[in-house]
Amino acid sequence: MARITVDVDGMSYTHDVEPRTLLVHHLRETLGKTGTVVGCDTSNCGACTVLVDGESIKSCSVLAVQADGAEIETVEGLAAADGTMHPVQQAFHEHHGLQCGYCTPGMLMRSVCFVRENPDPSEDEVREGLKGNMCRCTGYQGIVSAVMAYSQAAGEQEAGR
Amino acid sequence: MTATSDAATDRDEQRPEIGRARLRREDARALTGRTRWTDDMTLPGMVHLSVLRSPVAHATITTLDTAPAARAPGVVGVWTGEDLPEQGAMPTAWTVSEDMKTPPYFPLSVGAVKHVGDIVAVVAAISKEAAEDALELIDVDYDELPVVVDPLAAKQEGSPLVHPDLGTNVCATWGLDSVSLGTGGDAAAAIREAESDPDQVVVRRTLRQNRITPAYIEPRSIVVDPTAEQVTMWSATQVPHIVRILMAMSQPIEEHELRVVAPDVGGGFGGKLQFTREEALVLLIARRLRVPCKYTETRSESMQSSHHARDQVQELTLAAKRDGTITALDVDLTADMGAYLGILTAGIPLLGGFMFTGIYRIPAYTFHCTDVFTNKTMTDAYRGAGKPEATFGIERMMDELAVELDLDPIEVRRRNWITPDEFPYATAAGLTYDSGNYDQATDKALEMFGYDELRAEQRRRREARDPVQLGIGVCTFVELSGLAPSRVLGGLNYGSGGWEHSSIRMLPTGKVEVVAGTTSHGQGHATAFSQIVADELGVPFDDIVLISGDTASSHKGMDTYGSRSLVVGGMAIVGAARKVVEKARPIAAHLLEASTDDLEFVGGRFSVRGTASGVTIQEVMLSTWLAHDLPEGLEPNLDADFTFDPENFSYPTGTHLAAVEVDTQTGRVTVRDYVCVQDVGVLVNPMIVDGQVHGGLTQGIAQALYEEIQYSQEGQLTSGTLADYLVPAAPDVLRYRTGTTVTEATTNTLGVKAVGETGATAAPPAIVNAVLDALRPLGVTDITMPCTPVKVWTAIHEASARTTEGAVTA
Repeated sequence: MARITVDVDGMSYTHDVEPRTLLVHHLRETLGKTGTVVGCDTSNCGACTVLVDGESIKSCSVLAVQADGAEIETVEGLAAADGTMHPVQQAFHEHHGLQCGYCTPGMLMRSVCFVRENPDPSEDEVREGLKGNMCRCTGYQGIVSAVMAYSQAAGEQEAGR
Repeated sequence: MTATSDAATDRDEQRPEIGRARLRREDARALTGRTRWTDDMTLPGMVHLSVLRSPVAHATITTLDTAPAARAPGVVGVWTGEDLPEQGAMPTAWTVSEDMKTPPYFPLSVGAVKHVGDIVAVVAAISKEAAEDALELIDVDYDELPVVVDPLAAKQEGSPLVHPDLGTNVCATWGLDSVSLGTGGDAAAAIREAESDPDQVVVRRTLRQNRITPAYIEPRSIVVDPTAEQVTMWSATQVPHIVRILMAMSQPIEEHELRVVAPDVGGGFGGKLQFTREEALVLLIARRLRVPCKYTETRSESMQSSHHARDQVQELTLAAKRDGTITALDVDLTADMGAYLGILTAGIPLLGGFMFTGIYRIPAYTFHCTDVFTNKTMTDAYRGAGKPEATFGIERMMDELAVELDLDPIEVRRRNWITPDEFPYATAAGLTYDSGNYDQATDKALEMFGYDELRAEQRRRREARDPVQLGIGVCTFVELSGLAPSRVLGGLNYGSGGWEHSSIRMLPTGKVEVVAGTTSHGQGHATAFSQIVADELGVPFDDIVLISGDTASSHKGMDTYGSRSLVVGGMAIVGAARKVVEKARPIAAHLLEASTDDLEFVGGRFSVRGTASGVTIQEVMLSTWLAHDLPEGLEPNLDADFTFDPENFSYPTGTHLAAVEVDTQTGRVTVRDYVCVQDVGVLVNPMIVDGQVHGGLTQGIAQALYEEIQYSQEGQLTSGTLADYLVPAAPDVLRYRTGTTVTEATTNTLGVKAVGETGATAAPPAIVNAVLDALRPLGVTDITMPCTPVKVWTAIHEASARTTEGAVTA
């Protein structure tokens, strides 16, 4: 067992974990943060994507012990405390960027990271940027539209500052 | 007479919600991570199950020692098939023929395994990790047996037998022909005649449908709590009602003892319409241990053991006159069942049997199907279930006929399709199409696509011997959707009704609970159904809530598959709503001191014709709840149940056009443009419709270009993870261009047709026709799905070698 401390969506958690425990299982099973989900066992689907120190990573490909001391952001921390949706959530809602919603947490977290890296992407760049996240329902059209709209909204917010 | 889109617009004032692209009320929970998937659940005292799966395709189990595993840390129990004498055989709902062979199929295999992933033992432990560790301590020896993986080989005399006790690999044979049905002529005779008639042509082709899998993103998960009076099962299923009934019919539990809940469910596409052995196992073990149990499959397990689909060999013969008019169609189908039968497995190819005639006037038709067993995972429904396979067959054949006659592929279709004045149209396969306008949809699609310009570009690139060739593919399709009517399903020995149920309950404050027998796994039921009820009752959209997916609160239903939620389930909701209005009418008349004959109900308000006097249905509801002043003999409260069993299926149609670029040097196919014009009747929520179309198209394109479940000759699954089974990602597909035409369905009062399966049905032939259109000048005449770069490259080089050989020998 190894003692680790992680900051998840602004709360600090210290636990003893088995060295083999994956970060996604630590989040879901120990911390009860079930907003992040598991879709595959080969790191292909991206459903478990979270931000670790600002980088989008697939939390099934990282051991919990590797995240010791890290600041982790999940889908559950995206909306404001008063419930106001984050612009990326609003964009997915307005552009029908989800159907069953299972891939959505990973898609949202990847989109936040992607737009931070590429604030003014082309549609092709958005598609490339999301290639590690699978959606079986939407055919990606709504998702791509949502991310384009989100990048615009984020850019305008930045410009307005 | 077919209504046009203008008629649909006329109704809008009466129906402000229908046709409105309302944003989904389902979204907020999913966007904030507040969904509840089955695997998210933890119950007090819960234990975790893992199952041991066979690594070999066919074997007798000679040793199965679980003792070391049972002693492992954290293990609560280990069971083999022999340790579970109470387990019942898994049921097969659809017995397609009287002599259909149904192999033994238990939650835990007994003595033998029939495919990779077959279940050998189950472990219960205090954690998933402890259960998985213990699996490795189970000692199994397999005495391997000969394996058959190819369905045509499985039919041959002397083939290894998947189930030796059955004495054959043929599960069932089934057919229909237009002579027996009284719907047309003798296809065999027509084909014989065509063969000797210089004014006719006969086109024969053998086409293959690749084996694919639904690949929903949420793995299946099951939790069973046996500790209350009613055992509760939460399952990632599309069909909670069906699971409950089949569990009671096959396993040691009575129907009233079991409640099945489908909480949030992450995709289905038919993949979650099964009653699974894992569901049965979790229930059996939970009842033995008397504690809550959970099982969640890994993705690799999902690829091995949740059902696959398609996997057919189609031998097609089409006869036509030289002007392109079809005279007969004969279809001989071999369908791979895999090793066992799921609830609908044997019947899936039959559904296709009704659809091979497509949208065409085909005067003589025969269909013959052989269902065969192989040492592979069982097949069952996947988006379209039998109909995409049939549409592929006929739409590929229409292109082959066009090539044979040197006609444009659009033109050859146009010369054969059913015209608007012919509806209702009785097909040679025995169906009655209620409405459609194929010219209208096709003309619109051609215009959106820029068909003539693309053909001109294609000619230029051919003449310039461009290494990247352009191909244009078309599919004009009709779907058979909305599985019902019960009477028709009965004729097919379907083993279930096809009706759908709804209850509508008005609450004292005027709000409305809509209970539906269908369940959503991403289709937006809560939004679309609320739109329907808002129009029917004239109450605000936000005053309505949907209750579904739980057999305790939604006590009757046939669940969600086969695009039946709107066309069957939606009509049950309409029926219940209208009953509520009729129940309110005499009470409103009483309150208004008027005669019911003088009342009109518009926009949620009963008013006395020609006066300002009126009362809303929500006010009527409060008055009935108070019940202080009800007319004599009237029951308080406004609620109603309605069960809808349609008179016919629903027949969405449309025209799809694909432009692909094929790099002849690498074999890579890129979809450059995709236009589809769909006629799905009246649109309840155009945004949701578009989303359904996009998702279906992506799955259809994926079948054509990327996805294939592959087995080695030894029956090893070689595409067992998402690393080697290529589900497309965002860069693999494009922005689709969609259009709509509307011919209202005449078989339901909303005028709606179905939409969920259309994209997956139409896209595979559109894409393959386009790939072949690009490659025909190079001598390529056929290619099997998926059209991967290596397959396309090989086809080009083999064709080129043939041409060279031909030149040498000449």
